[in-house]
Amino acid sequence: MTKETQRVGRLALTPAVALLFIWMIVPLAMTIYFSTLHYTLLNPGTEAFIGLDNYYYFLTDPAFLYSMRNTLLLVGSVLAITIVLGTLIAILLDQAVVGRSIVRLMVIAPFFIMPTVSALVWKNLLMHPVSGLFAFLATSLGLTPIDWFTDAPLLAIILIVAWQWLPFATLILLTALQSLDEEQKEAAEMDGAGAVSAFFYITLPHLARPITVVILIETIFLLTVFAEIFVTTGGGPGLATTNIAFLIYLQALIEFDVGTASAGGLVAVMIANIVAFFLVRIVGRNLDA
Amino acid sequence: MKHHIGALAGALSLFAAAPCFAQTTLTIATVNNGDMIRMQGLTSNFTAKNPDITVNWVTLEENVLRQRVTTDIATKGGQFDVLTIGTYEVPIWGKQNWLVPLDKLGASYDAGDLLPKIRDADTVGGKLYAAPFYGESSFTMYRTDLFKKAGLAMPNAPTWDFVIDAAKKITDKSAGIYGVCLRGKAGWGENMAFLTAMANSYGARWFDEKWQPQFNSPEWKTTLTTYVNLMHDAGPPGASSNGFNENLALFNAGKCGMWIDATVAASFVTDPKQSRVADNVGFALAPNNGLGKNANWLWAWNLAIPAGSKKVEAAEKFIAWATSKEYAELVASKEGWARVPPGTRSSLYQNAEYQKSAPFAKLTLESIDSADPNHPTVKPVPYVGVQYAAIPEFQGIGTAVGQQFSAALAGTTSVDAALAAAQAQTEREMKRAGYIK
Amino acid sequence: MARRVSTTHKLVTTVAAWIVGFVIFFPILWMVLASFKTELEAFAIPPSFLFFHWTTENYAAVQERSDYLHHAINSIVIAGGSTLIALLIAIPAAWSMAFAPTKRTRDVLLWMLSTKMMPPVGVLVPIYLLYRTFGLLDSRGGLIIVLCLGNLPIVVWMLFTYFKEIPRDILEAARMDGATVGRELIYVLTPMALPGIASTLLLNVILAWNEAFWTLNLSTSAAAPLTVFIASYSSPEGLFWAKLSAASTLAIAPILVLGWFSQRQLVRGLTFGAVK
Repeated sequence: MTKETQRVGRLALTPAVALLFIWMIVPLAMTIYFSTLHYTLLNPGTEAFIGLDNYYYFLTDPAFLYSMRNTLLLVGSVLAITIVLGTLIAILLDQAVVGRSIVRLMVIAPFFIMPTVSALVWKNLLMHPVSGLFAFLATSLGLTPIDWFTDAPLLAIILIVAWQWLPFATLILLTALQSLDEEQKEAAEMDGAGAVSAFFYITLPHLARPITVVILIETIFLLTVFAEIFVTTGGGPGLATTNIAFLIYLQALIEFDVGTASAGGLVAVMIANIVAFFLVRIVGRNLDA
Repeated sequence: MKHHIGALAGALSLFAAAPCFAQTTLTIATVNNGDMIRMQGLTSNFTAKNPDITVNWVTLEENVLRQRVTTDIATKGGQFDVLTIGTYEVPIWGKQNWLVPLDKLGASYDAGDLLPKIRDADTVGGKLYAAPFYGESSFTMYRTDLFKKAGLAMPNAPTWDFVIDAAKKITDKSAGIYGVCLRGKAGWGENMAFLTAMANSYGARWFDEKWQPQFNSPEWKTTLTTYVNLMHDAGPPGASSNGFNENLALFNAGKCGMWIDATVAASFVTDPKQSRVADNVGFALAPNNGLGKNANWLWAWNLAIPAGSKKVEAAEKFIAWATSKEYAELVASKEGWARVPPGTRSSLYQNAEYQKSAPFAKLTLESIDSADPNHPTVKPVPYVGVQYAAIPEFQGIGTAVGQQFSAALAGTTSVDAALAAAQAQTEREMKRAGYIK
Repeated sequence: MARRVSTTHKLVTTVAAWIVGFVIFFPILWMVLASFKTELEAFAIPPSFLFFHWTTENYAAVQERSDYLHHAINSIVIAGGSTLIALLIAIPAAWSMAFAPTKRTRDVLLWMLSTKMMPPVGVLVPIYLLYRTFGLLDSRGGLIIVLCLGNLPIVVWMLFTYFKEIPRDILEAARMDGATVGRELIYVLTPMALPGIASTLLLNVILAWNEAFWTLNLSTSAAAPLTVFIASYSSPEGLFWAKLSAASTLAIAPILVLGWFSQRQLVRGLTFGAVK
C-alpha cells in the first residue's frame, strides 16, 4: 500500500467519521448534561443539579432488573429464531424451486411493513383470543385458543419481531449460500458424506461471516425495540413485556422527566456496549478477512 | 400604444381579481376519533367563511398526540397553532400559563351554554382555557334481548350487586356470551380510567389530603377483588389486553351482555352498519354502591391555543367556529343529529330533534352531570379529576398501576401483591416528585 | 448448477418452499384482504377468506381524508435523499477501510455501529431542542439529516463487506496503468461493486421508509411522510382495521414494487456482501 493510498485513505474516511462524531457527541453531551439535572418539561425553569440522583432512581426501580431480563430474552430469542430459521429457509430456497422469485419476494415482504402496522395486524386480526384468525382455527379443531397477550405476552412479542426480521437474515444467508462452491459439495458427496455432515462441515463454516454480520446488525436494532410493545401490550401485563427502551418511556417520557429519560438512555447505551463486547468476543473474528 | 394599455389593463385586472389577503396557515393537532375526523371533513365550511386562513391537519392516536403536543409546547417548538387537549391537561397547563385564555371567542359563542361540569374542568382561576369540543362520561350498555331471556329488568341506576348478579346469570361461555366486558388493557387512560371510576363508587380514592397513596385501603381492595372475580366469572378471555376498541368489537359481534364504557360508544353499538346487535341495546347509568358516587367518569376533548402563538386571532376564529351551536347544526344538516359531537352544550340536550335521533342522550347528560371533577370521591381529596388526578406525574403513575392491575386480572399476580406493588410504586414517585416528604 | 436434480426432489422442494413462503407472507395477505372488507367484516368471526362483500370504500375514505400523494412524495424524497447522501459519504469511507486499512479499522467500524446504541426515546428531547433552535422542525432537510446519519453506520458496514470481496489485484492493476486513486474509485471500483451498492441502497431505503419514531416526532404536516399518514389511522376510538389495512397497503405499495424490481439485484448484491 503506497503512502499516497494511505493518505487518501485517511482523507476518504474523514467525512463519515467527522459527521458521525458530531452526530454522536452533541446529543450525547446534552444527554449527559440533562441526566444530572432535575429537569421536567412540565415544570421548566426549575432545573437543578442533582448529580447522579437520576441514575440512582432509574436503577433502583424494581422494574429495572426485570426489564433487563426481558430485553436480553427478546434479543436472544429473536436472534436464535431468525438465524436458525433463516438458515433453513435459505437452504430450502437454494434448491431447485419453481417460481423462485415469487417465493423470494413473499419471504422478503415482512421487512417492508411498518413495525406498528405489523404489530396491530398480528394482535388484532391474528392473535386475538376471541376474534383472531388463530382462535378461529383453534376452535375449529376443537382446541381452546391461546390467549397470547395474557398468558404468553413476551412470546407473542418475540414472534412478531422475529417475523419482521426473518427476511433480513434469510436474504443475507441465501445469497451467501449461492456463492458456495458447487464442486466442494459434489466432492463431499462423492466421498460419501451424508447431507447432514455436508451441512455441518461445509455449509455452516461458509456461513460463519454472514451469520456474524446478521447477529451484529440485528442486535443493534433489537436492543431498542419499542413500537411493537407500545402498540400491543403497553408493557404489560405487569412488566411482562417491558424492555429497557419501554422502561425509559414509562419512567420518563410520559412524565416528561427529561433527567431520568437521559439517565435511562445512557444506562441503555452502557448495557448495549457490554452486550456488544461479549458478542465481538464470541463471533468477532469472523469479521476479519 | 394600444398594445401597452392592453398589457397594463391585463396586469391590473389580475390585481383586481385576486383577493389581497395575507394568508395565515393554521396547523391543528387533533385526535383521530370520529368526531374530529368529521370536523376535518367540514373544514371547507370554515375556510369559505375565512378565505384568508388555510388549515393543515395533524391527526394522531390520543397517546401519540399527547406526547407530540406536550413535547412541542414544553419546548416552545411552535409547531401547532390549535391543540386538541383533554381535561387532564387543561388544569395543569392552564396553571402554568401555557394556554391563551379564551375570553375573546365572540358574542355568539355563549360560554354560559356549556355544560357546567365540563366547563368547570376547563376553567382555571375563573378563566376558560380551552373550549370543549366533545364531552363524554361513561354508562352501562346492555343487551335487552339477553336480559329479557334471563328474566331480568335493568333499573335506571343499577347497583353493583345487581350488575354482578346479572352478569353471572347471562354468561354462557360455551355459546361465547360473556356477561360483562370491561377494560383490562394497561394504561392510565385505559383500564385505570375504568378502575378509578369504579373505585370512586366504592368510596376509595387515589390520595388522601396529604397526598399519601391509598392502595392499602380496604376500599381499593374490595374494588380490585370484585373486578377480578367478576371478570373471571363473567368476562371474556384476553380481557387483560382489551381496551375500548377490543370491547367495542366484542359487543358489536354480540359477545357481551353488558359493557360499561364511554358514552360515545352508544352511537357505535346502535349503528347497524357496524353492529350486529344494533336493535337490542339498552342503556342505564354506571353502577353505584349507594355511597353517592357512580362508577362513571368525565372527559372532554377541547381546543386550545398555546401561549406565545402568533396566530391567536385566526386560532380564535377557528375554535369559535368548531365549538359553536352553528357547528352542531352544520353536522346535523350534513349527517344527522346523531352525529353531532356530544357532551358540551346544554342547548343540544334541549333540542327535540337531537333527543329523537339519540335515545341515549338523556342518560349521557345525566351521567355527565353526576361526575364532579372538583369533588370526585366520597372522601375529600387534594386533586381534581374524576378518573385521574390532574397532576403531571399521573400519566406515569397511572400506567404503572394499570400494569399491575392488568397483571392481577391476567392472574400473573395476586390482588394483594398488585395492590402492594401499586402502593410502593406510587409512593416512590410521589416522594421523588416532592408531594410527600 | 451442474447437478442433476430428480423431478421428485424438485417437486418436494417446490412444495415445501411455497408452503414456507405462503406461511410467512400470510399476515400481509390477510391485511390486504381486510382492506377490501367492511369494518364489520374485518373483525368478524368466523373470518371470511375470499367470499365476502368486496368493497373499495376504505380506499375511498383514506383518499378523501388524507393526502396520500403529499405523504408519498415526502417519503420518497426523505428516504431516497437520506440514503443517497449516506451512500456518497459511505463509499469513500468503506473504500478506505477495505483497501487502506489500519490497525484501528475494526475499532472504527464497531464505533460507528455503537452510535446506534442509544434508544431514540432517551434522546428525543435533546434532538427536539436542537432542531427547534436550528429551525429544522417539520422540514424535509431535517428529516433527511436524521435518517442519513442514523443509517450511515449500516451503509458503511454493508459497503465495507462488499468491497472486501473485490480482488485487490484488479485495483492494483489499474493503478499500475497509471490511474490515480480517484480514478480507481470511480472507474474501476464502482462498476464492480454496483450490485452491492444497489442492494445497500435498497435495504436502507426500506429502513428509512419505515422509520417511525423520528419521522413522527420531528415532522408536523409539511414534511410528514407516510409513517405519519399511517399513524393517523392507527387505533382511534372505533373500528378501524379495514381502513388501517387500506392505508398500510397504500403505504407499502411503492416499496413492494421497488422490491420486486430490484430483488434480483438485492440477492445478487448480497452475494458479495457476507461471503468469504
